Amino acid sequence: MSYEEWFREDRLPHIYCVGCGNGTIINCTLLAVEEMGWNKDETVFVSGIGCSSRAPGYIVTDSLHTTHGRALAFATGIKMANPDLKVVVFTGDGDLAAIGGNHFIHACRRNIDLTVVCMNNQIYGMTGGQGSPTTPLGALSTTTPYGSKEPAFDLSEMAIAAGANYVARWTSYHVKELTRSIKEGFQTPGFSFIEAMTQCPTNFGRRNKFRQVADQIEYMKTHTALRQKLERMKDSGQEIPPDIIPIGEFARRNRAAMGVRE
Amino acid sequence: MQGNIACAEGALAAGCRFFGGYPITPSTEIAERMALKLPKMNGVFIQMEDEIASMASIIGASWAGQRSMTATSGPGFSLMMENIGFAVMTETPCVVVNIQRGGPSTGQPTMASQGDMMQCRFGSHGDYSTIALSPASVQEMYELTVRAFNLSDQFRVPVFLMADEIVGHMRERVEIPDQVPRVERKPLRRGSPPFRADEDLIPGFAQFGKGYGVHVTGLTHDERGYPDATNPELHEDLVMRLVSKIESARDRIADYEITNPDAETVFVSYGSPARSVEQVIHDLGRENVGHLRLKVVWPFPESALKCFPNAKRFLVPELNMGQISREVQRHVTQEVITLPKLGGSLHSPEWLKQQLEVLE
Repeated sequence: MSYEEWFREDRLPHIYCVGCGNGTIINCTLLAVEEMGWNKDETVFVSGIGCSSRAPGYIVTDSLHTTHGRALAFATGIKMANPDLKVVVFTGDGDLAAIGGNHFIHACRRNIDLTVVCMNNQIYGMTGGQGSPTTPLGALSTTTPYGSKEPAFDLSEMAIAAGANYVARWTSYHVKELTRSIKEGFQTPGFSFIEAMTQCPTNFGRRNKFRQVADQIEYMKTHTALRQKLERMKDSGQEIPPDIIPIGEFARRNRAAMGVRE
Repeated sequence: MQGNIACAEGALAAGCRFFGGYPITPSTEIAERMALKLPKMNGVFIQMEDEIASMASIIGASWAGQRSMTATSGPGFSLMMENIGFAVMTETPCVVVNIQRGGPSTGQPTMASQGDMMQCRFGSHGDYSTIALSPASVQEMYELTVRAFNLSDQFRVPVFLMADEIVGHMRERVEIPDQVPRVERKPLRRGSPPFRADEDLIPGFAQFGKGYGVHVTGLTHDERGYPDATNPELHEDLVMRLVSKIESARDRIADYEITNPDAETVFVSYGSPARSVEQVIHDLGRENVGHLRLKVVWPFPESALKCFPNAKRFLVPELNMGQISREVQRHVTQEVITLPKLGGSLHSPEWLKQQLEVLE
């Protein structure tokens, strides 16, 4: 079986814009699912609202496309009611960190056995490009026309602080690493959070000096560095440019988890 | 036994094995009872971070195949509204208990009210119909909770147990049956689209993990469950079906008690005010004062009003400013007298008798 068999073909084509990175992240997720050898009948995808949250509709398994921000609370109900199901949540930066922020920290605290793939495109894509909690300071959006004046959330740091067992951040450029981390998340009992930085050419890129899709992917390649490397640089007194985004596997631990069959 | 405890026991007897909730006065004893009992019955109790999450969790648990419930009061009920609409749109069976307290806002946490009767009917956005039950005794807290689960599974709709602080905290003797009636969810026939309704306007249920591969969305969807949010006919057909599956079953869902059907003056009541009315009728010992006591408030059983052919006037005592009184007005040509009461205490039988004297 190939990962392509997990797509709900009669729902294609999808709604994503040309150059959108979400498809890349869905592919990475399904590749990881396929590598796990999961059965379609035991796998459930859950999402909230936004571009990211349309993903479950393109997958053949049981799926629940819920209300804005609440995917984790719905997923908690599914997983606790039937721990035999493998429950994967697709979400985005607005869905997870703004309207759903409280559910996010509590799902991490409970360390409930879910894997969350967050497509962080730093913008509200579906509603036309408004600023989100991860929109970088100074970035332009339709609701930050003079540049965002709010500091951005670091979602992975929040997941670590709140207690998730597994936390990693990659980008839509780092497809092999991202796929590996999603699989690690599947294998880790407890809450696994994989932050996937991704490009939104329609609503972020074109307002923020990424004229071509490839420009933003190139940026994610050149402006990211493994966290371990950044820490080594810091230890040796080297200066780290402020626009470098740490990537890599940030947390792997074994706190007591909920939703695991005893 | 206390009313709230009877509600929890009714839920457990009905096979509820998932409770997601958040503490709020005056409903908390229900959550506490479930927390005590569910873990010993192979069930799940989870205290969520708020009522939005509580409502979400019971919907998720329902799709995973469990009978699920939450319990709350006014402020929490307000927070649940969006996800209640999601349950309506996705046809998810679940039970929401509201032990009503005085509102608006934080209002009177420890005092009774029936101020959420319209909210349970119309509180979420869009057009829809649901089912609301109203217990007037501790016994009915038990029995109507059981029925709420059966109606919810039968009609695939969230069902509300609209109790109030008085019946919630009252203690009475309860008779607990050895077995309670159980209506199972109709499973989806293999190969049938998951949202194609049968003749009863209700589709079979495609439980997660059973190989149906169902996509469930709050967006307007076709029979396959696929979103199609810009097709006017599809949306109209879907919403009309969601409403019709409840409204066309009005008389089957209805549950009420009739006293003195030949009376000219008729009380219409539901929930704890019914107890004051029963006292009045008992004290007067006459047949010219009637009583229609509703155990199902929504869908409103309008045909029950026709059971009083000589009625000249209907009196509607409620712990609100006349929410169901106006519903009665919509269905009758006779005079309808609203007897509102705010503040948390019941209409006293003496006060109700004075209202009758004024009329005579």
